[in-house]
Amino acid sequence: MPEIFELEFMQRAFAAGLLISVIVPLIGVFLVVRRYALMADTLAHVSLLGVAVGILTNSHPVVSATVASAVAAVAIERLRGIKSLFAESVLAIFLSGSLAVAVVIISLAGGLNVDLLSYLFGSISTISPTDLYMLTAVSVAVVLAITLLYKEFFLVSFDEEFAEAGGVKARNLNLLIVVLAAVTIALSMRIVGILLIGALMVIPVVSAKQFSLSFRNTIFLSIAFSFVSVASGLILSYYLDLASGGTVVLVALFIFLLAFIIKRPE
Amino acid sequence: MTKKNCIEVMEVSMSFNGTTVLENITFSVEEGEYLGIIGPNGGGKTTLFKIILGLMSPTGGEVRIYGEPVQRFRKRHIIGYVPQRAISEIYFPATVEEVVRSGRTARMGLLKMFSRADREAVEKAMDITEVAAFRGKLIGHLSSGERQRVFIARALASEPRILILDEPDVGVDVTSQEKFYSFIEDLNSKFGITVLLISHDIDVVAHQVKSVLCLNKRLVCHGSPKKFISEEYMQELYGKKVKFILHGH
Repeated sequence: MPEIFELEFMQRAFAAGLLISVIVPLIGVFLVVRRYALMADTLAHVSLLGVAVGILTNSHPVVSATVASAVAAVAIERLRGIKSLFAESVLAIFLSGSLAVAVVIISLAGGLNVDLLSYLFGSISTISPTDLYMLTAVSVAVVLAITLLYKEFFLVSFDEEFAEAGGVKARNLNLLIVVLAAVTIALSMRIVGILLIGALMVIPVVSAKQFSLSFRNTIFLSIAFSFVSVASGLILSYYLDLASGGTVVLVALFIFLLAFIIKRPE
Repeated sequence: MTKKNCIEVMEVSMSFNGTTVLENITFSVEEGEYLGIIGPNGGGKTTLFKIILGLMSPTGGEVRIYGEPVQRFRKRHIIGYVPQRAISEIYFPATVEEVVRSGRTARMGLLKMFSRADREAVEKAMDITEVAAFRGKLIGHLSSGERQRVFIARALASEPRILILDEPDVGVDVTSQEKFYSFIEDLNSKFGITVLLISHDIDVVAHQVKSVLCLNKRLVCHGSPKKFISEEYMQELYGKKVKFILHGH
């Protein structure tokens, strides 16, 4: 067995990588098709605020990041319903607002340290068994929710008004999708990092979309692209001693470029 | 035998930020009716549809569907809705079949898988609208006429008793338009579906529908197409003397 698979922390990294390569694009596809891709980046920045609070208060940063991100997701979704506030403006307020609070808290906690940097850019050596258990539980929840409510999520993403006219509770489904996105982002930041998780949620989906497939097959292809990006990104980052998050996203970008060249956009 | 009212609009008023959009609108729609709604831009046609569909709550009055207030009416899937078209759908990665199947979602209910009856209803909707041949095509790769038929198929997939169409002919060429309206007429006459239709094309409305409702914030007239063609109503509706010329079909 190659050395990379014998190390315990790499086994955890691959297990976590496999899980996020499935759930991140699974949620991401519903954000991308609704032109809500910035949501992923916004929730990642809110996660940073949660991490900063976790470090300052000596609590588990992943837990505080998950809570902060989920609360922000609910607030954003509620504010999006107010027509006088544009949806993109709401995202911008949360993105920069949470970053501002996080920066202040970080300075109170004595500035950037190695732990915080590992959350910002991803560090495969820091994934603890607890992180992996939490990620497994969330992955099961995400896959179950999307499988059981697939037809509702598709309908609401394609035509919210039509869904509501038929009596489908679009608002509740929207809320569920953004909360799942928030929790997924907070738990995936160990691998890809807060600053790059948004990219993994969006790039494989956009790459898959170039192939003009059905919605279902676009999801499967997004997961395949995401899996290849995470697996090869982790291997490359290990052997070349590179930051895991950056390497994973660079592979995802390379796949996007190939897809873009092979399938010219309409 | 007297027909049952399926929609009752009772003294409905609507205003946004102090601006009145609808004023004291009262009318009812009998089962099997084919009603054309016409009026100038900003006359409140789409708002009225959204209130009938329960998408908006009126500032005054109420809408009843089969005798029940629309907000409490549980079988909302018996109303098939064909909304005004959005450009965004062109870029959505979904096939014709996926879109038509989504029309069945509300009727099936949460956590329910597609049964044989559901699949048959979807197939029937695709057959009636003649979209089954391109079921695997992406929605964005269709002509506007084909896409329109797909949206009607989606509405029919829930086996509705009422079909509500908001300007379904926008962007559809004349030949497709004629086919389209004869198809809607068939849905009404052969399948007994009650049809409510907003159109800008007065000519089409006058020829196709059984009754016309003219709306310009308030109800200007409600009756047969012949009654509506009189100059008096046209002037009240569009604010100037309009001569209406009927084209032969």
